[in-house]
Amino acid sequence: MALDNVWVLAETGEAGPTSLSLELLTKARTIGASVTAVAWGGGAAEHAAVLGEYGATKVYDLGDTGEALPGAPVASAMAALVEGGERPDAILFPASYDGRDVAGRLSVKLDRPVITNIVGMSDDGLSTQHSLFGGSQTATARFTGEGPFLYVVRAKSFAAESAGGGPAEVVQTAAPEAGPTAAARVVSRHVEERSGPKLDEAGVVVSGGRGLGSADSYELIEQLAKLLNGAPGASRAIVDAGWVPYARQVGQTGKTVKPNLYLACGISGATQHLVGMKGSKHIVAVNKDQDAPIFSVADLGIVGDVHKVLPALIEALKSR
Amino acid sequence: MNVVVCVKQIPDPAAPSALDPVTHNLDRSGKLILDDSDSYGVEMGLQLASGDGDEVILVSMAPGGETSGLRTALAMGAARAILVSDDALSGTDSLGTAKVLAAAISRAEPDLVLTATESTDGYTGTIPAQIAELLGLPSVTFAKKIAVDGSTVRVERQTEAGFDEVECPLPAVVSVTAGVVEPRYPSFKGIMAAKSKPVDVLAVADLGIEGGQVGSAGARQEVTDVADAEAREGGEIVVDEGNGAERILAFLEELKVI
Ligand SMILES: Cc1cc2nc3c(=O)[nH]c(=O)nc-3n(C[C@H](O)[C@H](O)[C@H](O)COP(=O)(O)OP(=O)(O)OC[C@H]3O[C@@H](n4cnc5c(N)ncnc54)[C@H](O)[C@@H]3O)c2cc1C
Ligand SMILES: Nc1ncnc2c1ncn2[C@@H]1O[C@H](COP(=O)(O)O)[C@@H](O)[C@H]1O
Repeated sequence: MALDNVWVLAETGEAGPTSLSLELLTKARTIGASVTAVAWGGGAAEHAAVLGEYGATKVYDLGDTGEALPGAPVASAMAALVEGGERPDAILFPASYDGRDVAGRLSVKLDRPVITNIVGMSDDGLSTQHSLFGGSQTATARFTGEGPFLYVVRAKSFAAESAGGGPAEVVQTAAPEAGPTAAARVVSRHVEERSGPKLDEAGVVVSGGRGLGSADSYELIEQLAKLLNGAPGASRAIVDAGWVPYARQVGQTGKTVKPNLYLACGISGATQHLVGMKGSKHIVAVNKDQDAPIFSVADLGIVGDVHKVLPALIEALKSR
Repeated sequence: MNVVVCVKQIPDPAAPSALDPVTHNLDRSGKLILDDSDSYGVEMGLQLASGDGDEVILVSMAPGGETSGLRTALAMGAARAILVSDDALSGTDSLGTAKVLAAAISRAEPDLVLTATESTDGYTGTIPAQIAELLGLPSVTFAKKIAVDGSTVRVERQTEAGFDEVECPLPAVVSVTAGVVEPRYPSFKGIMAAKSKPVDVLAVADLGIEGGQVGSAGARQEVTDVADAEAREGGEIVVDEGNGAERILAFLEELKVI
């Protein structure tokens, strides 16, 4: 093992560490001799059992950041640990909103470059893989300077597997320093309603794109998803158009999904969409243009009109 | 209010893109255009800086003194631009780019700095936070709505579950998503006016940045290999003749999804 000490920025929510955090801990075990999680939000002690189970022997608990957006205070606290003598060889960050903010700020504080959009990593943790041009090519990269190496990893790049470890030791660290960079405050949170399985955990995802023609037609996608016990998804085009909330977006700037079945309806298959769903086990596409790029990744492609094919499919499923 | 908008000029994404076989850098030798992702920041800036004496100032780093993308944004209504162009910048990574942009931005003394959440060709998405840290400013990423109220910016920030309402004192860095506003098309008058708007072209040395901080050496990382990914097996393509739904049903049964 080339790396001694690997840190993982572990994001946690009410339900515990996010699945991406557990994926990163799992990978960290194979590349580092010891794995330390860094958590904030006041609940680190509570999560020590799960973090330990997935491989962390230690958790740095940065404490409660209050209403501050986490990027600046968390990066400050991590930089303080490094300046105080801690020597991580590598730090893995989730490619999430807050993960990218922390990585960006920490890279400046430590004056270290960041490698982002990682979808794979060698077992020694020294080289990284990246998906290019909608997944048609894979690039390999590595750092040439001194560590700590900062790695930002995309969701679902590694499978989360329990190591069966005991609870991690919790080390409280000084409250993150709240300087002027940490002045952005959350004043209220809005949660959009969802029923059925979560988009990034569902076994079936039914997604719609601009080919649906109008916001009303998204109803077809919702019905179909429900009948297949799946989650409805979307291309960015219809999220930008305001037809559906951003939480439904699949792709480069949205969710990465790897369901058993992905059904793409009226979606062209732009590279930024493909990177988010190309890892699906089976792909079915309905598009009226037989040259649409989505067909190049489809196991079954139907060249047809969504307004004909989908209602017929819904009727057939209902009558079963 | 002065708003700086970072705009990246990129190879046309509609044209097939390629990596240089030797350096593995993206080939940027052709004509560059305004990254569509940044047109939202330009529009937002124009709407926020609409009072007397308010200005939208563009900041861009691009090779070969490229200004075509800047002209598009100037035609939309921005007042002037700062362009950093220098052969020494070839191969610069996100941290180096942020150092260059931050140094250029500070010349404009902005109240607000807007970027996109990620560029179309680089998509590291770390540059907004890096710029903010370099300038010692707070930041709010992933804005889907922005309003300025005195010396406070109020942002609806996308989250996994929905959105957060965030308040932040100015000056600040805010990254915007494509949903934030509908960008205008430049008018003919705007296009004509853009031709004579000032573009300040700077080299790395003008910004007081040491050569070792930027370029391939400053990046302290390299691409060692680019290979074709394992292609998905081509599937079956069927033209719907009233039997499309049936074909899907049969496939779902085969997979035991139903
Ligand atoms: C930085 C960046 C990040 C991005 N991130 C994402 C991302 O995360 N996710 C994402 O999806 N996109 C993303 N995009 C956008 C992406 O490039 C495409 O613009 C988008 O995916 C297109 O959405 P679409 O396929 O719904 O629309 P279009 O490209 O307009 O395609 C519509 C398709 O519907 C078909 N169609 C039309 N009518 C019918 C009909 N009646 N029946 C059947 N088919 C029909 C058409 O043939 C066409 O193929 C990103 C772009 C950038 C620059
Ligand atoms: N060379 C550049 N010139 C101007 N702005 C840039 C440049 N590179 C990145 N940016 C800005 O930073 C954002 C994020 O870029 P990236 O980190 O490459 O995804 C972009 O959308 C731009 O707004």
